Amino acid sequence: MSSSSNTPTHHTSTIGSIGAPSRRNTELALLVFAVVIPVFAYANVGLAIDDKVPAGLLSYGLGLGLLAGVAHLAVRKFAPYADPLLLPLATLLNGLGLVIIWRLDQSKLLQSINQAGNAAPRQLLYTALAIALFVAVLFFLKDHRVLQRYTYISMVGALVLLLLPLVPGLGANIYGAKIWISVAGFSIQPGEFAKIVLAIFFAGYLMVKRDALALASRRFMGLYLPRGRDLGPILVVWFISILILVFETDLGTSLLFFGMFIIMLYVATERTSWIVFGLLMSAGGAVGVATFEPHIQTRVQAWLDPMHEYMLSQSGVKDGIIHSEQAMQALWAFGSGGTLGTGLGQGHSELIRFAANSDFILATFGEELGLAGVMAILVLYGLIVERGIRTALAARDPFGKLLAVGLSGAFALQVFVVAGGVMGLIPLTGMTMPFLASGGSSVIANWALIGVLIRISDTARRPAPAPAPSPDAEMTQVVRP
Amino acid sequence: MNKPLRRIAIFCGLLVLALLLRDNYVQYVQADGLRTDSHNRRVAIERYATPRGNIIVDGDPITGATKTKKNGINDFVWKRTYKDGAMWAPVTGYASQAFDASQLEKLDDGVLTGNDDRLFFRNTLDMITGKPKQGGNVITTLNAAAQKAAYKGLLSRGKGAVAAINPQTGAILALASTPSYDPSAFAGNTNTDAKAWNKLQKKNNPDDPMLNRALRETYPPGSTFKVVTAAAALENGLYTSADQHTDSPLPYILPKTTTELKNEGSIPCKNASMRIALRYSCNTVFGKIGADLGKEKMLTEAEKFGFNSEQLTPVRSNASVFPKTMDPAQTALSSIGQFETAATPLQMAMVASAVANNGTLMKPYMVDKLQAPSLDVISQTEPEKLSQPLSESNAQILQDMMETVVKEGTGTQAQISGVTVGGKTGTAQHGVANSEKPYAWFISYAKLPDGSSPVAVAVVVEDGSANRDDISGGGLAAPIARDVMKAVIDSKK
Repeated sequence: MSSSSNTPTHHTSTIGSIGAPSRRNTELALLVFAVVIPVFAYANVGLAIDDKVPAGLLSYGLGLGLLAGVAHLAVRKFAPYADPLLLPLATLLNGLGLVIIWRLDQSKLLQSINQAGNAAPRQLLYTALAIALFVAVLFFLKDHRVLQRYTYISMVGALVLLLLPLVPGLGANIYGAKIWISVAGFSIQPGEFAKIVLAIFFAGYLMVKRDALALASRRFMGLYLPRGRDLGPILVVWFISILILVFETDLGTSLLFFGMFIIMLYVATERTSWIVFGLLMSAGGAVGVATFEPHIQTRVQAWLDPMHEYMLSQSGVKDGIIHSEQAMQALWAFGSGGTLGTGLGQGHSELIRFAANSDFILATFGEELGLAGVMAILVLYGLIVERGIRTALAARDPFGKLLAVGLSGAFALQVFVVAGGVMGLIPLTGMTMPFLASGGSSVIANWALIGVLIRISDTARRPAPAPAPSPDAEMTQVVRP
Repeated sequence: MNKPLRRIAIFCGLLVLALLLRDNYVQYVQADGLRTDSHNRRVAIERYATPRGNIIVDGDPITGATKTKKNGINDFVWKRTYKDGAMWAPVTGYASQAFDASQLEKLDDGVLTGNDDRLFFRNTLDMITGKPKQGGNVITTLNAAAQKAAYKGLLSRGKGAVAAINPQTGAILALASTPSYDPSAFAGNTNTDAKAWNKLQKKNNPDDPMLNRALRETYPPGSTFKVVTAAAALENGLYTSADQHTDSPLPYILPKTTTELKNEGSIPCKNASMRIALRYSCNTVFGKIGADLGKEKMLTEAEKFGFNSEQLTPVRSNASVFPKTMDPAQTALSSIGQFETAATPLQMAMVASAVANNGTLMKPYMVDKLQAPSLDVISQTEPEKLSQPLSESNAQILQDMMETVVKEGTGTQAQISGVTVGGKTGTAQHGVANSEKPYAWFISYAKLPDGSSPVAVAVVVEDGSANRDDISGGGLAAPIARDVMKAVIDSKK
């Protein structure tokens, strides 16, 4: 093919010195919306509760705008070809989360039981820290493939993070789940960080072992059965998940890690049999542990019959198990919101009491913004996930593909487990809604996750370096991904 | 690696789709049920967010609202108050911050709180103009003077109930029950309220003051049921006049048994006419009529009077019972208001009202109008015919018989000067082998000189303290019925 007779069309482009569109201005325009919408919501809450525009509106708006601006400039500088949707989506969710946390801070009921009061300023501080970490990721991580070098260190790091809550004196048992550590007055959820570190380890490990895992297998009843020795890693991860489930009594985290591993294994090997194995093992493990762990049994019962559990919690039965009204209270909050919601600041989601502004924050969205609002939030999450997977598709190296799909998959599973739990689709687990929920670990870790995805997408979308100038050479034509 | 990646993308999409579907299920399909679930505290918060509308009798509210004292975090702003709460409790029910609501307070909660769909347009207007939301009013058909007479009469007699109806429309004029309770005592949600509530529960109080005896308790109606039996005899052509001899033997042996059905004392029941039999309350005559007609015809007539079905006034009244399976001896017993026959005071008032209204039974109701906060009428109850238990001519024969009872029979204490009164006494035995103190019944109606009947009433007194021999409908219950009827007639003047 000769370049001189073939002009570029919509579907082809010629790699030359002209760059692909960076889409940075699109990102900026979207970011304006992502900041303005929460500011309006904030004013709305203030007007609904106190009949006046909240005093902090200006500083809040400026704060969020400044943070978004810094993040945008960092992306413009260090990752100019990054996906333009990820940053605005995360900013919007984070901003709306701040509004609802502030709204719940105004509840006298929650103040009286120490569940809210000054959570919003703290959350804004955590958001600032998170954006700092986001910028640091973009600055220090010039190429995500560097992470490949730390495959086994990541493994050790992830294990340490996961086991920290079990260390005596450090771990804290909060409402039945032991997934917290307490350092200098701060509660940290190491599981949130382990999510990213573990994805790095899985990506590095699977990239190396994928051929062995994929090819060396026997065929049995239409499924490719892996060799015994290749079963090793999956068994180890499964075992660790079960350990988390048993010792930290946290079904959600356990499911999240195992699910992430299965997704990455499937992508690496392209073997459906791994998914079948994974589902069987996770189902077996969950059922097995649930038979002797009363905390998880209670959660399952509360899921099957939330009304009965509510009645038990109200009657004050003493059977050694903490019965919680939360599941039913959350459903009532959703139901009372109906299609369009009561309007911001006009619901009564404080009735959920414990964790109303963290694990259960979606219920407040449900009550005050209604079905329409929750669907919009869910679609925003869906978009983040699909942009992450789009990044994996576009990535040019297997490590980047695996890491991107692992992080996106974990994010999707977390949203599903938390939102599904709060809405009564699956049993409740102790995890937080990414970006929305009050809590430092969650918001910091998830901004780091977005940082890594943006780095991978920048590498993927960046135009290849211009070939050495050679006037005689024909330009190569490629099909755009 | 891109094929599995695309599949993972689809999988994640399905996860989000599952969440969206679940959200639609919870927030659309289930939403109304969850929103109005009585355990959902929002229902109570909403109920007490605005001063509740009033329940109105004769133009005056019998309820009110007061601001709750602010102690700590109380999400209920307003509290319900009642005037003469104990007297009106069988009508209003209660509305409590802690213990939900009942009867009119519950059924018309939407109007009283101002949340009813029919107020939607007004609420939207108010929202735009910035007016605070207000509750509407429930205007009842009750008559304050009649209610007072009924309640006072019952208080002097101990336990019992009164139901009074306007026979021409079915409008309920009085609905009293004793012992009663004051719903103000537990309208709030403090410990004092909880204590008051617990003290009223049946398990802590054998008198069960929260039972609405006028609507929800079924008593054996005893001899008052003979009016229904007489109606059945006339309607089925067994006898065609009040003075036809019934060819009844004395003693009367229950069919297919050797048991004798006895009368109270020695009264002239042998071959008596129905007028005489009703005047002296002959068990033998009406037992035989019931057995002669058979259970099908008796059942048909009883059901035309409203037996075996609930009445929604709109407050639900328990279904009165006329048994469906019985042998001829049991039919005879049922026909004199014994065996398994049981009736609410409202039911027996309906029987008297159908006779008084020349055979037409009107549907009983207690809510005349629902009123928007602006005093516009949202809905108006139109009188509705329920059934025609007997023809006009037969009704007049029966009126004649019942008037004889009051003029010169067991019901002389119900006489009112210048007014024609028809009635029937009853003394219902109950308990194992009739061991317990019987219930004293009286049902009656008043007829004005122009032939119209403004009131029919049923009174039951479960007088635990009276001497067994003294208990008779004529002695205990008839004076209360007289006072109620008089109150209605006087208030019309």
